[in-house]
Amino acid sequence: MLEIRDLKVRYGGITAVDGISLTVNDHEAVSLIGANGAGKTTTLHAISSLLKIASGKIFFDGVDITSLPADKIVQMGIVQVPEGRQVFTKLSVEDNLKMGAYLERDKAKIKANMEFGMNLFPIIRERRKQTAGTLSGGEQQMLAICRALMTSPKLLLLDEPSMGLSPLMTQEVFKVLRTLNEQGTTIFLIEQNAYEALEFTDRAYIMESGRITLEGRSADLLNDERVRDAYLGGDV
Amino acid sequence: MTLTYFLTMLISGLRLGSVYALIAVGYAMVYGILRLINFAHGDIMTLGVYFMIALMISLGLPFWATMIISVILSIAVGLIMERCAYRPLRSAAEETVLISSLAVSTILQNLMTMIWTAQRMPVKLPAWLSVANRIGPFTIKTISFVTFGVTAAALIILTIIIRKTRIGVAMRACSENRKAAMLMGININRVIMFTFAVGSALAALAGFMMSGDYGTVYPTLGFTPSLKAFCAAVIGGIGSLGGSVLGAFIIGIAEMLFAGLVPTNLTNYRDAFVFAAMIVILLFRPNGIFGKQEGGRS
Repeated sequence: MLEIRDLKVRYGGITAVDGISLTVNDHEAVSLIGANGAGKTTTLHAISSLLKIASGKIFFDGVDITSLPADKIVQMGIVQVPEGRQVFTKLSVEDNLKMGAYLERDKAKIKANMEFGMNLFPIIRERRKQTAGTLSGGEQQMLAICRALMTSPKLLLLDEPSMGLSPLMTQEVFKVLRTLNEQGTTIFLIEQNAYEALEFTDRAYIMESGRITLEGRSADLLNDERVRDAYLGGDV
Repeated sequence: MTLTYFLTMLISGLRLGSVYALIAVGYAMVYGILRLINFAHGDIMTLGVYFMIALMISLGLPFWATMIISVILSIAVGLIMERCAYRPLRSAAEETVLISSLAVSTILQNLMTMIWTAQRMPVKLPAWLSVANRIGPFTIKTISFVTFGVTAAALIILTIIIRKTRIGVAMRACSENRKAAMLMGININRVIMFTFAVGSALAALAGFMMSGDYGTVYPTLGFTPSLKAFCAAVIGGIGSLGGSVLGAFIIGIAEMLFAGLVPTNLTNYRDAFVFAAMIVILLFRPNGIFGKQEGGRS
């Protein structure tokens, strides 16, 4: 579904992503794991076309999307849940969801997607008249996910969904992501929380200083000594 | 001083305020979305007036036609300005874009001087606009009514656009969180272009009102009023449209009252008074009257 070939991104003189290649297949859940500053968010922003890439190609369903603008990427069915949630804090929860449906013109579909999201996270239904800024971090994360689902994406990109969340909230978010994945949404996830990410996904890539240093089935990586030492804090 | 005199000044202040409001809204919209103080905004206003005169003189078109075409030409200039001077600097530091806008302002003023010279040119509006109407104790020119009316209509239409239309929704999203707006599939180039188009159209309208009333145009005409409109936007809390409209009326009224109430030899200080008033207001309300406290943004 998604294929990245030899992607390079530079900021000024710094090479943030140094020639990575990866693939995400239909209906898979794949994660990109790495420390802060490894280039994970940059990779995601390159896919969403929020920044200019230096070289490389990005394909989606076989189509070259490397030079498409951000709005066309969303139109293709690739929607990102950004780092730090980035909900519209001054707008109501409901208006946030409507904003997520900006490209969807079918009113019935918008309503159905809104219902779908609110069924996944019942707390969002309770909060729907509230200003998004008044929600807790976890609730904002749920809202950000619901908002991303408003255009029925084929591929959901998530940037650190567990960041700043309590373990309980993290579990709830991952439970919903699993449901979504089982229902057919392909997921590409970025995490520092390697354990959660590996538990959740089918396959994973480990990124260090802009390069992919290790890849494989998540279950295998969970037992890999290098991964355990570097990302799972030894004994897990 | 009689009450009638005071009220006459108040009415003049409202007229001036509505001109400032048209300009201030343009500043506020662009700032809201790009965090850019577009110093070339006032020159679009001047340019609009020159377009109108040129069309009247060279083509002899009727008044309404020249107005419409001048607005369209002003929009075109606004869009070219955005495309050439601001879009390439989209990811540059805010100060860089600010300097670019000062450059655009200088270029536009010099272009106008080259084409139309630095001499004042008379702006002749149809006679009916200059008719003085006696209403009770007041004498009010028709153009004052037109100014109120046009401003009110323009602001109402703008409010409806921002509240109800798709592009308005997109504008609000961009001004709150540009990155998130892009991730929603909003084409931000289109939003920014639309913002510049609306701002330029309103600036051109303000130019017609201003020069029509003063009866003259010159290349730096837009400078002082747009600086005051900028003050209005700052006083209102830059980025807030309602705030900048209110700020514009506060400034317009304060300016006319000052000019009308101080001894004649001091009326030349009205510009200084406006800027001093802005400083005083900002000392007490650093984010403007309606400005949000910083820190709410993530």
